[in-house]
Formats: sequence, C-alpha cells, structure tokens
Amino acid sequence: MKLLTGNDLKSGAVTWWTGQDWSLHVEDAVDVGEHGEPILAREEALRRVNTPAIIDAVATPDGPRPAHIKHRIRALGPTVRPDLTLKPADPDAGGWVI
Amino acid sequence: MDNLLRFRDDEPHEEPAVTLDAFLEQSDATAVRLEAGEDARLLIPHFGRLALVEVSFPRFRDGRGYSSARILREAGYTGELRAEGDVLVDQLLFMRRCGFDSFAPAQPLDLDVVKASLERYPNVYQTAADRSVPVWNLRHG
Amino acid sequence: MYKYDRFDQEIVDARVDEFRDQTRRRIAGELSEDQFKPLRLKNGLYLQLHAYMLRVAVPYGMMSGRQLRMLGHIARTYSRDYGHFTTRQNMQFHWIKLEQAPDILAELATVEMHAIQTSGESIRNISSDHFAGAAADEIADPRPWAELIRQWTTFHPEFSYFPRKFKIALTASDNDRVAALSHDIALKLVPGPDGEIGFCVHVGGGMGRTPFIAKLVRPYLPPQHLLSYIAAIMRVWNRYGRRDNIHKARIKILVHDLGAEEFTRQVEEEWQLMLPTEPPFPQAELDRIAVQFAPPPFETGLADTIDPAAAADPAFARWLTHNVHAHRQPGYAIVTVSLKPPGGIPGDITADQLELLADLAERYAFDELRSTHAQNVVLPHVRKADLHALWQALDAAGLATANVDLVSDIIVCPGLDYCSLANARSIPVAQKIADRFADYDRQKDLGELKIKISGCINACGHHHVGHIGILGVDRKGTENYQLLLGGSGAEDAALAKITGPGFDEDGVVDAVERTIERYRQLRTEGERFLDTYRRVGFEPFKEAIYG
Repeated sequence: MKLLTGNDLKSGAVTWWTGQDWSLHVEDAVDVGEHGEPILAREEALRRVNTPAIIDAVATPDGPRPAHIKHRIRALGPTVRPDLTLKPADPDAGGWVI
Repeated sequence: MDNLLRFRDDEPHEEPAVTLDAFLEQSDATAVRLEAGEDARLLIPHFGRLALVEVSFPRFRDGRGYSSARILREAGYTGELRAEGDVLVDQLLFMRRCGFDSFAPAQPLDLDVVKASLERYPNVYQTAADRSVPVWNLRHG
Repeated sequence: MYKYDRFDQEIVDARVDEFRDQTRRRIAGELSEDQFKPLRLKNGLYLQLHAYMLRVAVPYGMMSGRQLRMLGHIARTYSRDYGHFTTRQNMQFHWIKLEQAPDILAELATVEMHAIQTSGESIRNISSDHFAGAAADEIADPRPWAELIRQWTTFHPEFSYFPRKFKIALTASDNDRVAALSHDIALKLVPGPDGEIGFCVHVGGGMGRTPFIAKLVRPYLPPQHLLSYIAAIMRVWNRYGRRDNIHKARIKILVHDLGAEEFTRQVEEEWQLMLPTEPPFPQAELDRIAVQFAPPPFETGLADTIDPAAAADPAFARWLTHNVHAHRQPGYAIVTVSLKPPGGIPGDITADQLELLADLAERYAFDELRSTHAQNVVLPHVRKADLHALWQALDAAGLATANVDLVSDIIVCPGLDYCSLANARSIPVAQKIADRFADYDRQKDLGELKIKISGCINACGHHHVGHIGILGVDRKGTENYQLLLGGSGAEDAALAKITGPGFDEDGVVDAVERTIERYRQLRTEGERFLDTYRRVGFEPFKEAIYG
C-alpha cells in the first residue's frame, strides 16, 4: 500500500493523509494507491504540510506499517525516549520500529 | 521590466545589455549582462563606456553575484548595477549593501515589505559598498 | 565575558523582528517552503523527523549562568524539558513549533543570545577552545578574536549565500581541543618572526562524505590582516566553489581540486586586490572586546591542593582524575561536567540540570560556563577548595560521571531517532558501547579512547576523526554500521580508515570490543589506543575484528 505523509507546517508534527484530512496517527492513514500524486500536488499547493511524500507501507491487522525504518520512527517518535513517543505508556513500543 | 526597482536618480538606461563576450568585442556597447560564473574583473578596463551592468541571479541561493557586485564597486564602478532574475525581498538588503542599486526581479516584489526589509536593521558590522557606517566606527568615532 | 552594547542588541532585536515577519509570511502562504527554508535555516530552524528543531548559537562555547537559565526556561516552555549540546558547541532544542520560534528568539535576545547563522549555507558559529582563558598551555586568549570574527561574519552581505556552509575554528594552544583541522578555516594563534602574535591559517578541512584535514595556506598572518585575509579566502570560494553538486560544494573540494598551492596563490592574489578597500578592524575595537575577557578576580595565595580527607572518597577521586584539569592560576582548577552518564543520551541535558549548572557556575566559577565539541560542559575557574562541594552538588543531579576522554565519553549525533538526514540510529549504539564498558576499572585501564558515532555520511558525530569511528548506513532498509579506526580530531589530526564490511547494531558493539581487546594485547606500557594503532598498523585489528 501507499501512504501520503508530511510534516504539519505550524507544529512540524508528522502527519498522515486519512482520505479527508491529516492525522498524527499512522493507524488513520489510508492507502492512496495510484492516486497519491494529485492529492500531494493539491496539498502542497495549499502550503500547510511540508515536504509531503508518498511512501510504501504494508497493511497489518494493527494498521499500516511503513516499509522503511525511517518512516516507522517518524510514526512512533524517538526510540531512545519512549516517554516522548506517541505510545508513552508502552515501554516496548520501540520494538515495532525494528 | 515592469518589476524594475531603482535606487538611482538618473533615467533608466535604454540600451539592451549584451553578453560579456559581445561587450568585450563591441567597442560601442554601454550595457552588459554578467552571468553568475563570469569574471566581473574583465569589465574594469571598460568602466568609461559602461552605464549598466546587469548581474544575473539564476537562483536566489546562488550568491556569486554578490561578489561580482563588490568587485565592481571596489574597482570604482559608479554606473547602474542591476540584479536580475530570482531576486527576492529577503535578499535585497545584502544586495544593496554589495552595491546593487537597481533590481529586475522575475516576480514582482511587495513594496511595503521591500521598504520594511531595507529599513529593519539600524546597524551593520561590516564596511561594504554602501554608505552604512559599521558599528566598529560608531563605537570609536 | 562579552557583553552586548546598544548596537549588538539592536541587531539581534531586529533579527527577531525580521524572522517574525518571515514566519508570518510563511504561515500566511506568501512564501513557499522552498523560499522559506533557507530563511529559517539562517536562523537555525530545521525541520527534523518529528518536529522543528532550533539550534541556538553559543559563540565560541561561552555562556553565563543567566543564559543557561534561559536555555532551561526554553527547554521547559517550548520543548520537552531538555536540550542537546551539539558537536560544534551549540545547543539545540527538539519539538519546537514554527509559530513559537519567533517568541523563542525574542526570549533569547533578552539574554544576549540568538540563532543567527547556526544553519544554512552561511558562516556558522565560531568554535574555540573550551579551556580558553583558563588553560595553562595557551599563548594568548583566543576569545577576543573569536568575538571580533563573530561580529564581522554576522549578516555579511557578500558571504551569506555561499555554495555551502562554512565553519571557522580558532585555537591558541598546541593542544587542539576543537577539532580545528576539520573546519573550513582553522586559525591558530602563533608568534610571528618579530614575536607579535598572529595567525597560522589552514583551509579546507571537513568531515562529510569526503573528509579532509585542512591544509596549510599561510604559516603566519599578521593580526591586523585577519579579516581581509578571511574575506579573500571566502571570496575565492564564493566565486569558484562548485554549485552544481551539493556534495562537492564545500571549500575542501575546491582546495583539493585546485591543490593547496594553487588555492593559496589565488587567495593571496585576491587578498592583494582587496587590501586597498577592505579596511582593517579598528585596534580600539579589539581592545574594547579584549577588556571584557579579562581574567576574573582570582584570589591569590590559595593552597594549590585538594583536601586529602575528601580525596579519600574513591568516587570523588575518580572524578578528580578524569574531569578536573590544570588551571593556569594556582589554587584553581578546570572542571568538565560529563553529559555522558550510563544509559543517558550523550549531550542531552534537562531543564533542571541547566538551572543547577547556572547556579553552580554563579557560586563556584565566576559565572562562566563553556560547551565543548565533545558535548560536555566546562566550569572553567573553580577554586580547588570548592571542588568537593561542587562534585557533591553535581553528583546529586546525575552530573558527576567520571569519564572524560574515556571509552564511554562518546561523541554522537542525534541519528535516526531525530534527524531527517540520518540513515541509522546512533544513540542506541553509543548506549550499548557505554554499557559494555560500564565497569570503571576497565575504562580506566583503557585510558584515552575516543569513540565517535554518526548516523549518516554527513558525519555530525565526527566518526572520521574518532580513534574508533562508527558510521550508520542504510543497507536495504535496515540499519548497518561501518567501523573505522585510527582517526584523530586533535593536534595529531588524522582520518580513520574503514575496517571492512559493516555490522548490525549488536555486531558493531562486539566488533568494538574485539578491537579494544586486541589493543590490550598489543599495547606497551602507558600506550594509548591511537598510538598502538599507529605503531602496529591496521592489519592486526582487522584480523581481530573479522577473524
């Protein structure tokens, strides 16, 4: 599957395209399939999300899993600071990245 | 030329700028266009007939034109020095300080932002091609 | 330390105003990201993996307690209760919001700090010796010169749109504590033929994907010509440096392509042309700055010893051995506060710790602190009689790790945990190595051993000049680590050599251990790892690593 992702202009936070809007959670991301480019172009023109990009991911029962470790770390947060990730209550959340 | 912004009192030069090679070959040309990688010092023997030097900025991040301007002003050129191309408001102050006194930006500039940008800094640290007195001189008279 | 006058303050305040306006135009959509990016980078604002990151300039590594307290306030208010000291003596904050960046700059300006030119293709913060003004081995104080250069390079109109970034280091001792020869320009204060102190100039050092040790361009430059000569170097590069390929744009490539001799000839020629119009700095200005770096009011007649009863405490004694250095003033010492605790993140410091260090500097160190390129903090002037009390206060805050220059004092970039350029995580590797060698006696036995880790080829973690270097790479989507041996970022500068095929995270920690065990077998009495490597060469280590 293909995901559309970027960083929110104002906060810099990692965001994922949900089909209608942007979410902080990769679980909300939709497969943009072959239709990502026009969405990307439209969103880029709106200038509210920085460096939007289409990335590869794999569908899993827990939601989309980005294919590359960089995007998995983007989706979670810094593995060396579990308390600052999106899953602060789960000390083993970093394992998802590997 | 609709976007032309000048900081000179004389009339804009009418003659079109020719390439550096053409200028050096034609003994009657009075305006030249200097590309980013070209050597401004080749113009020094010809200041007598030179009324306009147009320095090209192919991309605003390409800073070679700043050195071209400094070299021309250091060598005593007093004619019009025009920055042309990807000239944006946030680079204008540095260009002015390097000796540019005319601008032909590819996209029009917001004149209010231009004014604010040029007037924002009350002090500078360096001597350059403009009249700004560096703070080192202000501190020590 | 240098105090802003009205002029300095007005310039920094104007910068805040300018960036506020630029940020407003970006958020309003008047600027594209392509147009805004170089503007925000010139103010040290990066977009990293999870958020923006703001890099605050710490000119030549000097800070006061008041400034450190402000850094703590910013960590608490705008970041997530911590900051990170970089490998060029700056402090950076993750988790910054674009909308708040102008407010942070405004707060910094109230304590004479800024983020000007801490990123982007501009002249970066000047780095200098973190022991300046305290070291017994310096021939003159480099800081007045560093401040002079700071001012002259701030918003330089000709040199703000360079082909690439440009870094200057300034040293005044035969012991290089700033990795000077890995800089674009390395200036060293040296005596000239007539005894006057001027500059030895090296150009074209750098790390990145094509590392070079800087080459000698001028053995002696009379001091009054400092700025015009730097200007000539910069102009040659600005005109002739490559702009077609970002990876070949640094001045090191120009120096290499032309050869040091031809590069020098061009610089000297340009310098002669510039001299008539590039005015020298006013001597009165250098004098005005120099006064502000006068030595603090040291007490005289102090005992030059440490209380033997206190020194009987083994933990304190260890700290004295590794973290306390000789001061030029009898009765005083230089203290290095290690930011490399076991299990910690090298260079990270909490808001509480920043505030504590501010208090301790005010109380024990004439209100002076320094950041080091090794990501530690220095209290430069501490009475020997106060060392025990200072150590106790540091220890209570987790800041008394006794490991400066030992195997666990690792330089490391933020890596893929934070950085959008990284290919692999670097912090976890540092943590695992430090954990592997956690035993103090083992560390002490190994002596000076500098491990430096980068998460990508850009080499912010200085892996090229590590005694042992580690480079994280991306191998088909998984993290992989190359091992390098034999580098040095000190006065005996050298580039490390890649050992061979890379390793996974645990594998590279094992390889480091095998390397170190081979060193223990091969070393002679008192010989450092680097010296053993230089004596016996690469092969015995390669054999130990790959078998």
